[in-house]
Amino acid sequence: MFNTFWMILKRDLKLALRRRSEVFTVLFFFIIVVSLFPLGVGFNEAMLQQIAPGVAWIAALLSSMLALERLFANDYVDGTLEQMLLTPQPLSMLVLAKMTAHWLLTGLPLILVAPVVGILYHLAPQTVITLMFMLLLGTPILSMIGAIGAALTLGLRGGGVLISLLILPLYIPVLIYGSSAITESTLQSGNIEPHIMLLSAFLLLSLIFSPWATASALKISLE
Amino acid sequence: MSLTVSNLQCTRGDRQLFSGLNLQLNPKQLLFLEGQNGSGKTTLIRTLCSLFIADKGEILWQGQPIKEHLEAYHRALFYLGHLNAIKGDLTTLENLRFNHTMSEQQSSDDELLDALERIGLFGYEDFPTRQLSQGQKRRVALARLLVNKSPLWILDEPFVALDIAAVELLQHIISQHIETGGMAILTTHQAVPLTKGKIQHLNLDDYAAESGMESYV
Repeated sequence: MFNTFWMILKRDLKLALRRRSEVFTVLFFFIIVVSLFPLGVGFNEAMLQQIAPGVAWIAALLSSMLALERLFANDYVDGTLEQMLLTPQPLSMLVLAKMTAHWLLTGLPLILVAPVVGILYHLAPQTVITLMFMLLLGTPILSMIGAIGAALTLGLRGGGVLISLLILPLYIPVLIYGSSAITESTLQSGNIEPHIMLLSAFLLLSLIFSPWATASALKISLE
Repeated sequence: MSLTVSNLQCTRGDRQLFSGLNLQLNPKQLLFLEGQNGSGKTTLIRTLCSLFIADKGEILWQGQPIKEHLEAYHRALFYLGHLNAIKGDLTTLENLRFNHTMSEQQSSDDELLDALERIGLFGYEDFPTRQLSQGQKRRVALARLLVNKSPLWILDEPFVALDIAAVELLQHIISQHIETGGMAILTTHQAVPLTKGKIQHLNLDDYAAESGMESYV
């Protein structure tokens, strides 16, 4: 079973490496969105520090969404998904492998470039570390919830727009807890522990339910 | 080992494709699905693979409903539809290895290379499949048949895009599978001459609903 997990993960990463532009699109989208804000709202240090958490998270939500449409679409079009459904392995395991690949290709790079946000928005090193940690907790949730939407809209015309309408509202808890934790960490009396706990709980919950929900949605979409 | 279908009924959208369909497939048997375009051949095939849910009826594999024993059924099944399930960015060998291993079958790289050679792709092992022709892509997908040990093959239009030599090779592969105790279900407009084994024909037009295509004729 884990063998299959590795097989799919390895294949998806290999495919992404042979088609690097898709990975870089997401990364550059994030960097560009983040760097547009200071140009638009001005370089007031205090204000930039205040909006940084929200901007970083919204940019992360949008760029994670950018690659969602392709999560299952390529496998659907060339028939690979059909074959995956007919393997003896549980479909949710295969789905989990694809989610992991999606996170490694779209979530992890965002965490690694988060220090850029710190420089642009004059954040203290401590705040940047909190931002990176919260992104580490939050971006897997984005990939997992997003996969449900991608599976539900598979094969529909105009699926891309539909995913956003379907999934963005579900991202709201991640946005709230993720960004308020960072704001909280800049305050002297701030306590980020509850935020971390809530986001971790949300992460566990999506880890349990989203592979199963995605697998069910895929079966419906392929019928 | 046997596949039994009883009283199957399928509807696509609002249109009932067929109903009251029965079939029985035993080892060393080859079943041809026939019927005019739109008679539901592909739908029947997808239903037999558990990709499509029938309105009514039962599909039994070794006497047990496939719905409840999906894992065992999928292990015994090899399905190839209209789509080749190959990735243009992966090489011929990588595609074969991935698809083969996914269906929980073990073969060494030598065996896989041997299969590629037999299917006529010698020298193309390390080619990204997007550079291959339509017929060659089909061959990559069909190479799995040479290393596959599943008893039940379900092939939807397997001869499409193949040249004469490849058609002959595939006919040979299928008849060998049947002779060694396998089963196969095929939709094709092409005859497959079999030296041994039993051939069955099932014409879906016989099971078409009353209000089906006939009303337009």
